Amino acid sequence: MSAPRVAIVDDHALFRAGVRAELEDRVKIVGDAGSVAEAVSLIRTTEPEVVLLDVHMPDGGGVEVIRLVGDEPEGVRYLALSVSDAAEDVIAVIRAGARGYVTKNIDADALADAVRRVHDGDAVFSPRLAGFVLDAFAGRAPAAADPALDELTPRERDVLQLIARGYLYKEIALRLGISAKTVEAHVSAVLRKLQLSNRHELSRWAMERRLVD
Amino acid sequence: MIDATMATAPVPAPAAPRPLRRDPDGRLIAGVCAGLARRLGVDPLVVRVAFVAAATTGVGIVLYGALWLLLPAEASAEAAPAGRVPGRAAVEVALGVGLLTASVLLAFRGVGVLFSDAIVWPVVLVAAGGALIWRQSAGRPVAPAAPAAAPRTEAEEPTLRAATFSRTGIGAALVIAAGLVFLQATGALGAARDAVLVALVAATVLAVIFAPWWVRLLRSLSAERASRIREQERAEMAAHLHDSVLQTLALVQRRADDPREVAALARRQERELRSWLAGRVPRGDAPRLRAALEAVADEVEQDHRVAVDVVAVGDAPLDARGEALVAAAREAVVNAAKFGDGAPVAVFAEAGEDGLVVFVRDRGPGFDPSTVPEDRRGLRESIVGRMARHGGAAAVRSQPGLGTEVELALPEDAP
Repeated sequence: MSAPRVAIVDDHALFRAGVRAELEDRVKIVGDAGSVAEAVSLIRTTEPEVVLLDVHMPDGGGVEVIRLVGDEPEGVRYLALSVSDAAEDVIAVIRAGARGYVTKNIDADALADAVRRVHDGDAVFSPRLAGFVLDAFAGRAPAAADPALDELTPRERDVLQLIARGYLYKEIALRLGISAKTVEAHVSAVLRKLQLSNRHELSRWAMERRLVD
Repeated sequence: MIDATMATAPVPAPAAPRPLRRDPDGRLIAGVCAGLARRLGVDPLVVRVAFVAAATTGVGIVLYGALWLLLPAEASAEAAPAGRVPGRAAVEVALGVGLLTASVLLAFRGVGVLFSDAIVWPVVLVAAGGALIWRQSAGRPVAPAAPAAAPRTEAEEPTLRAATFSRTGIGAALVIAAGLVFLQATGALGAARDAVLVALVAATVLAVIFAPWWVRLLRSLSAERASRIREQERAEMAAHLHDSVLQTLALVQRRADDPREVAALARRQERELRSWLAGRVPRGDAPRLRAALEAVADEVEQDHRVAVDVVAVGDAPLDARGEALVAAAREAVVNAAKFGDGAPVAVFAEAGEDGLVVFVRDRGPGFDPSTVPEDRRGLRESIVGRMARHGGAAAVRSQPGLGTEVELALPEDAP
């Protein structure tokens, strides 16, 4: 299997250079962009498989990039990478379509691993994102709840809690006595709920975000 | 203060001499006679009879009216706490004063001193309107004292203010109407109209000339205020950046030869700046789980040069048991930092309906819990023992090569 083709989008040139240096010999970097407009044209011309996407940028940030690119080209996968630990920003970019979120202080190995997993179609939850999601799905479901979307199953909760506690997927599998693939499936299911659920907290976050943009 | 205490106690028999006040509680009309009687220590009936007698000559009526206007009312045990809107009293007073004036003037006319209608009705209107305005502005200071007795809801406040304005407006209209009636009756209205016209034209001319300048002045004033506020904010931010970021950068330059130290400094500054940007309350007041764990992480990072990440779900205020939980967590984090071989430490806390739970995990070498040396008091006393004493539980999972996790649980309703 060939290395994933990756684009880096961040408005800090120094950070782009750093990530490029870290990832260069593990993935194929097709280019980087420092603004929303640059990012959109970079993605259209180079058609990367994975885009490392900064949550915060002038002119709308990661959410805007995902929105503008849309389905053209198809099959681009986004991994949000940010210093932001504001829950609403992170949730907004996930709801816009990103397949995962990691913080910028992640080490090179973990980042390369996250890129590979996003490339394979899996979801990547950092401990912090797992915490946000548990927070968002805490409390009672809305009145018109759709349990399939608005509530986490006990097993999904267990998986998220272990991620938040700093466990790796294979450690979680060992701990829960399930396969690593099943852990992946649970995380992907949570990602789907996160993107589709109408839970009050999530729609509030999304709404605030739209007001800000 | 003295007034307030007197107002709350039921009014006793006239024991000590007290200032002359109207007595709204014992009133027939405005409480003038009752107040006088209380001051003089006689039955109000005596005073009332005297006033009625005097009224037949007209003097009594004038005197009564004057006293009504001049004497402040005793703080009423009934009126104020019952939430009586002072405005209603003002209208009553205005009506009363108007009627009194009318009756006095008509009485004079009756005994042969002739006032023409041109004087009588304007004077009546002025008296009524003036009384309304006067009472309104005099009654204002009563309002702030009232909430102590009968807290006013916030919604009532604007309607009250609007009512005050409209009554003042009615009073002013009455007085102006009086002026017009007088001018009309004396035939001076034509001349007055000319004067008003001149004044209006002059005012318009002046307004046209000075309006742009005036608007500019207002605008520059508000611009100046805005820039002053911006300046203050900038100064505050500069002060904060100087105390935090610049200090850290200076330290980083001096410690450039020690990467671990530099990384720890950077993380510490990052954490501090984040919490400042997020506008979180500074530590110290009303301790809460999340902030307390952040503080622990901060401290341990500084002491041991190991990265400590805190992820919290929910938050809760800390009581004594919560403080014990945080202390145990601190011990666990310190252990992880000491024996974890420099590996980062992950702290996860959840505040849920059934209590608080904290996990402290490191990816260090780990150990076999059955072979913990006796002298590792930290684990036994500070973590397991402490949790047990506060109705909680601690569990330690560790395997050589797989790191260590300490689980601390504090159920909600344990003794």
